[in-house]
Amino acid sequence: MSGIRFPFPRKDREPITDTTLLMSVTIGIFGGLYVAAMLVFGGGFLKPQQIFTMLNENAFLIIISCSLTVVMITGSIDISVGGVTALVAMVDVMILNGKLWPQAEMNDGTRILCAALMAIGIGLAFGAVQGFLVAHLEIQPFIVSLAGMFFARGMITIISVEPQKTAGAIKTMLEQRIEIPWLGSPNKKGVMIPAKMEIGVIIALVIVAAIYLILRRTRLGRSFYAVGGNQQSALMLGINVRRTRFMAHLISGLLAGIAGFVFMMHTGAGNATNATASEMNAIASSIIGGTLLTGGVGNVIGTFFGVLTLTTIKNIVMSSGLTKPWWQSITTGAMLCFFILLQSVLLKVRTTLQSRKEGAEKDRIGD
Amino acid sequence: MGKTEKGKSSFFQKNSQLLVPLIALMLLVIFNLIRDPGFFSIELVNDNAGNPVLQGNLISILNGASELAILAMGMTLVTAASGGQDISVGCLAAIAGSVFIKVLKSGPITPWLVLGGVAACCLVAMCFGAFNGTLVSVFRVQPMIATLILFTCGRSIAYWINGGATPTVESDIVKAIGGFIPGFPIPAPILIVVLMGIFFALLFRFTTLSMYLQAVGINNNAARLNGINAVGVKLLAFVLLGLCCAVSGVIATGRLQLVNHETLLINIEMDAILAVAIGGNSLGGGKFKMIGSVIGAYIIQALTVTLYAMKVSSTDVKAYKAVVIILLVVLGSPVVKRWFGSMRNKLAVAGSRKEAA
Repeated sequence: MSGIRFPFPRKDREPITDTTLLMSVTIGIFGGLYVAAMLVFGGGFLKPQQIFTMLNENAFLIIISCSLTVVMITGSIDISVGGVTALVAMVDVMILNGKLWPQAEMNDGTRILCAALMAIGIGLAFGAVQGFLVAHLEIQPFIVSLAGMFFARGMITIISVEPQKTAGAIKTMLEQRIEIPWLGSPNKKGVMIPAKMEIGVIIALVIVAAIYLILRRTRLGRSFYAVGGNQQSALMLGINVRRTRFMAHLISGLLAGIAGFVFMMHTGAGNATNATASEMNAIASSIIGGTLLTGGVGNVIGTFFGVLTLTTIKNIVMSSGLTKPWWQSITTGAMLCFFILLQSVLLKVRTTLQSRKEGAEKDRIGD
Repeated sequence: MGKTEKGKSSFFQKNSQLLVPLIALMLLVIFNLIRDPGFFSIELVNDNAGNPVLQGNLISILNGASELAILAMGMTLVTAASGGQDISVGCLAAIAGSVFIKVLKSGPITPWLVLGGVAACCLVAMCFGAFNGTLVSVFRVQPMIATLILFTCGRSIAYWINGGATPTVESDIVKAIGGFIPGFPIPAPILIVVLMGIFFALLFRFTTLSMYLQAVGINNNAARLNGINAVGVKLLAFVLLGLCCAVSGVIATGRLQLVNHETLLINIEMDAILAVAIGGNSLGGGKFKMIGSVIGAYIIQALTVTLYAMKVSSTDVKAYKAVVIILLVVLGSPVVKRWFGSMRNKLAVAGSRKEAA
């Protein structure tokens, strides 16, 4: 049984991977949703500022979603990221408004630098401890990071029970926006308002790019996929599984620390209820972006679009007049359900098709 | 003497997973007794209505952990069968509580109406459990991901059921569910935990469910090839967890006689998973001991009560709890266990050498 032979037969290309398939589905759905929202609701969705607002508000979520993607690719999980984000935000605000180390003589620039270093330090500390417990003591990552979350959330109120705010020159320094005039849009009076972007967005985009390169181009990134795909095989290939898992958690902690700094730049306040349930939003974004919790499959670009998709859904629900408070999360849940089922069915169909193809090839060889 | 030694070791070998949780519970008790010798004293007093009730820290630990213990029982089944955890239990309990109150609000509260309310909320919670179970068993979605859906929207559904209000009910029967049955000094939630325990014990004693759950958890495909309906077993585990959620939702609603969808059993999913892990059960599925999870639940509550007694504020408790949890899981971790095992072997070898000499 041979099919029609073309004069220029196409070379057998490598079939696209699960990662790419799931990611392209997400990007397609995000594009479709956004275009549909533009056509149906118009208004805000037509302005470029809408996208920048989405990015401004979710810069920290993009960063912790990246950290979860890395950890989930390795076949592990880290639910402490939300707690670490909130803890770092609190500590940073207290450094900036002088409540922490009040006697130290520092100017504003030094204080910001200090806050940034503190953010990275706290993040790395959480990452290192959790990584050690998960990788070297072989404790279940869920429990370890759960304890991490409890610890971070508890530490916030131990540090300060009252909400803290930044003030004065530092506040204006943090609230600097990057203005992009050519993407602006006229307001009601016809004056052009330039599109505004926060510095945190740049940090988030740089991190997405960096993690993409690490996952794709470095030995460490490839070993993340290998360990997540099959720990035993990775070990036999000579990959240092323990070190790889440790590194995944270390990166995750570091990113959570940076996310805390970005969160603090966005809100300018430290509060015990900051970033509540953001770890679950981050997991949802990663899943929508095509990362599998079982490990070995995932991509940060998909995660980035996952965050945008989640936000777009929320925006659409708000503009469609379902203003009752429960509709937003019920529709988010329904969409999540849709994505999860879609992924499950897609992967199943793909596996069936592949096995059928292999079967056909075997038959042909048999002939 | 040799005989008793042998019997002892075989008991611990059989129940080795209970060793760490039992030691932890014992340490907590000893710590409290040293700190305050009267910590566990129980006294019989009369409440406002003149009924005899038991009071004391021990009773408050047992009483306060009731919802957690029931959820931990259900969570053990799901963990064993599916190798994953259900993170929507708190939301499901909130939904069940809302349905319970909704039914009670429909007319004058009679014992039959309360019974109907309990039945209705059990049914609803079991349906939601079946939804989670279908995603996990038929569509093969990771349990944590599948239950993330209800985790996201469950509390909003509870909100929606009651039309955006936090309704209260005035009823002695509902009050009795969360407090004391008049004339009986032991809190009703403790009795409900005992009833649920007996229910599961009978279920395991007279059916093959326990073995099937473990078989599916250890190797799904092998269990299927051996004629076990793996999909059905997983589904059943989730439905049973739904039942547990409904029961704990009713208890939590009964305690306050109102349902607040935002705060009812908030964050309990994490504690329930923790209880399963502290009880020595693998979160990767397979073999399980439900009693371990229940002990885990009481450890968590005892820890919380101890910290409260030490004047730690309720928001700070989490940080201290985290430290104790880490210590516990490090003790129970495979690497440390192996290390202890090799130490014991070395000691045994040294001992036998001495004997030989």
